[in-house]
Amino acid sequence: MTSAGEPAVDPAARPVRGGRGLPLTWLGVTPFFVYVGLFLVLPSLIIGSGSFTGKDGGLSLENLSDIQKPYIARALINSITVSIASALAGAIAGALLAYAVATGNPHGVLRRTVTSASGVLAQFGGVTLAFAFIATMGTIGFVTLFLKDHGIDIFANGVWLYELSGLTLVYTYFQIPLMVLVFLPALDGIRPQWREATESLGGNTWHYWRCVAGPLLAPAFLGCTLLLFANAFSAYATVAALITQGSIVLPLVISNLFTSETGRAQPGLAKALALAMIVIVAIVMLLYTLLQRRTSRWLR
Amino acid sequence: MTRSRRVKLQLFRGAVFLVLGAFVLAPIAAMFEFSTRGTKVDSPRTLVAWTNIVNTPDLIDAIVASLELAAITSIAMLVLLLPTMVWVRLRLPSLNRIVEFLCLLPLTIPAIALVVGLYPISRWMRINVSDSILMLSIFYLVIVLPYSYRALDAGLSAIDVKTLSEAARSLGAGWGTVMLRVIVPNMSSAILNAGLLSVAVVLGEYTFANLLNYQNLQVAIAYVGQVSAGTSIAVSVASLLFAFALLMILSFAGRGRAR
Repeated sequence: MTSAGEPAVDPAARPVRGGRGLPLTWLGVTPFFVYVGLFLVLPSLIIGSGSFTGKDGGLSLENLSDIQKPYIARALINSITVSIASALAGAIAGALLAYAVATGNPHGVLRRTVTSASGVLAQFGGVTLAFAFIATMGTIGFVTLFLKDHGIDIFANGVWLYELSGLTLVYTYFQIPLMVLVFLPALDGIRPQWREATESLGGNTWHYWRCVAGPLLAPAFLGCTLLLFANAFSAYATVAALITQGSIVLPLVISNLFTSETGRAQPGLAKALALAMIVIVAIVMLLYTLLQRRTSRWLR
Repeated sequence: MTRSRRVKLQLFRGAVFLVLGAFVLAPIAAMFEFSTRGTKVDSPRTLVAWTNIVNTPDLIDAIVASLELAAITSIAMLVLLLPTMVWVRLRLPSLNRIVEFLCLLPLTIPAIALVVGLYPISRWMRINVSDSILMLSIFYLVIVLPYSYRALDAGLSAIDVKTLSEAARSLGAGWGTVMLRVIVPNMSSAILNAGLLSVAVVLGEYTFANLLNYQNLQVAIAYVGQVSAGTSIAVSVASLLFAFALLMILSFAGRGRAR
């Protein structure tokens, strides 16, 4: 508005508008900040202050120390185990798929199909996914029955779909497409000339991966794996629909506290657990951001 | 590239596509198979589970509620976010980083954790404002912020907001005209992206609705699933296909713009 190419604007009017300019300008962003303050910052404050409030309303660390209770500690360890396992499985399978895509025609139908489908499937979580796996690998699921007809009983040692191993498998389903989406840009940054340079120096495929592509892709791979970890660690809907009983992972502990007597008797505990989840995810996402920054320095 | 290495690469690619393709497609195929099963092992294929959708009033109510929530959330997102982002770009560039940080913040707060903090707010609102399920859209706005922000940010970066709005203003346009007749038409595909993403996110949302005691589509699917797995799997397939269609439109609309 202040550019020199606007002589038509009456200069005398400027100071008047400028005088009220600041508050009026800020008025434009008020709705956004009010909304974010009420529904993002306020809930965070409620969680933060509630975590440190005891049953009597005073300041206390009792809620946080309750995380050591055996069933909560167990659920926390389970959550971390499932998240690491599904993140690793998803990262490796996703990286292989991304590599298979990246080595193909960059404008081909295959690549377009895989990236579009990944965009869709990475969003495909929650209740629907749980039911999809019940229909597939449940006790009367499609694959279970098919394999049984061919003499293979996948549940010979008990039904594992509704346990940690089953949960890991289900989570891996949405981890793979997410990995493809976030890891493909890094693979696209690898240039064929580097391979040729390795070969002209007498290196073979192993040398190339060990000394050139490996070290270049490692930060990106690690960063993406962290993102996958955070993704699985935060997931609630899938496990809630798959495992309706008990508190096998941390999100289920929180939701059970909402509906149970112990939860009502101790309102601060759910908040302390929520705070613990937020802190863990925030640390992981921070590391992810740092690794992404390091990756983008090399690969563009 | 030597011939033997090319053959090895093609074999590797084929194996990866085959194995992962099967892993990805099996559950989707199994859902179709399961939802058309008869009651007994040897009974013929039926569509009973599908027609049951219409005969389950709880489900119909939940579907309607979720569609309404999706529409309200998308519109509210556009009304809140787009003018703010344009205004920040034009007048308050120093706030850009803060707005971006706040919009992306929900990505680092798990929904199950955030809902713990929203619960007292929701209870207060149910008592003092309204008990309607549509109140959920206020909370859903938080979840869609990061996705919408990114889509709109990409759209705004592709056009020269400053020049466009200065040109319009110097021709006598008010801010309303600038927004609706200059900015919006120039970034229609980004707006479509943001809207469709919001719709997809809201239709798949379970955590907030379940813990705040509202019955939306996903909560109803989970509930019906405990009684009749076939029906809830049928609804799952239907909602999945709907989300697929939305997101496919999105990925093609996005491509048209990118070229």
